[in-house]
Amino acid sequence: MESDGELLLRLRSGDERAFVSLVEHYHEPMLHLAASFVPNRAVAEEVVQDTWLALLRGLDGFEGRSSLKTWLFRILVNRARTTGSHEQRSVPVADPEPVVDPSRFDGSGGWADPPEHWIEAAEGRMEAGKLADRIRVWIDGLPARQRQVVFLRDVEGMSSVEVCAVLALSDVNQRVLLHRGRSRLRQLFEDEFREVR
Amino acid sequence: MRLLLRRDLVCQQAVELVTEYLEDTLSRSARRRFEAHLAACPHCTEYLAQMRETISLTGRLAPGDLTPQMRDEFVDLYRRWQSEQQ
Repeated sequence: MESDGELLLRLRSGDERAFVSLVEHYHEPMLHLAASFVPNRAVAEEVVQDTWLALLRGLDGFEGRSSLKTWLFRILVNRARTTGSHEQRSVPVADPEPVVDPSRFDGSGGWADPPEHWIEAAEGRMEAGKLADRIRVWIDGLPARQRQVVFLRDVEGMSSVEVCAVLALSDVNQRVLLHRGRSRLRQLFEDEFREVR
Repeated sequence: MRLLLRRDLVCQQAVELVTEYLEDTLSRSARRRFEAHLAACPHCTEYLAQMRETISLTGRLAPGDLTPQMRDEFVDLYRRWQSEQQ
């Protein structure tokens, strides 16, 4: 996609193709993100529609202190949070629960049941186009806040700084949520490809 | 076999440090200990490779396409906004 500057210029000058191209890039990701804050798909769609309108109305005031994408996602998150949000913002995330089942370690903390190999098998199935849908289901099954962070960081490829800005999270909380979410996904890959014994 | 030093990491601790390692937020000494553990532990090395693979696979999900109908709706939205501007 072209630079924010060029895109803004075209948006402000009434080029509807510029708007459609922006929507094509971000509509799905925004729906996905919105769905992790609100009770159902219909509400998520409303929130995203509102966000697009808010973007257009805010165009003239946008100063480019963040990227257009970060700004857009922030509007979305703020709206999603005020629209009958069911997430609890104040839940502490520094919970000490381990990310790997403690029964897989021996008394001295070494692996008793070490990670099984699955990378090659997963690559094969990904290339065959038979894994992506499953990964989506797994991400959707993560707790909301982990899902939001994993989605923005690893699916959307945003930086930790951007994700902290979009979700109004501290560095540490962002990292803890990312750690828990990624670790859970790793376990799901392992379970998926575990040889039947 | 050398004695396990108190400062040495065990696997159960190492797996909790993987994200901080990948995010490069460990202190220099913690990073050294983590890497020393990896050098001696094929299972944790595999675990780290799997976390990297998890990130890589997740990063390859393609976004869905807009339907033509949705496309039209957005063109309408944009036009309405433009007429508001005037």
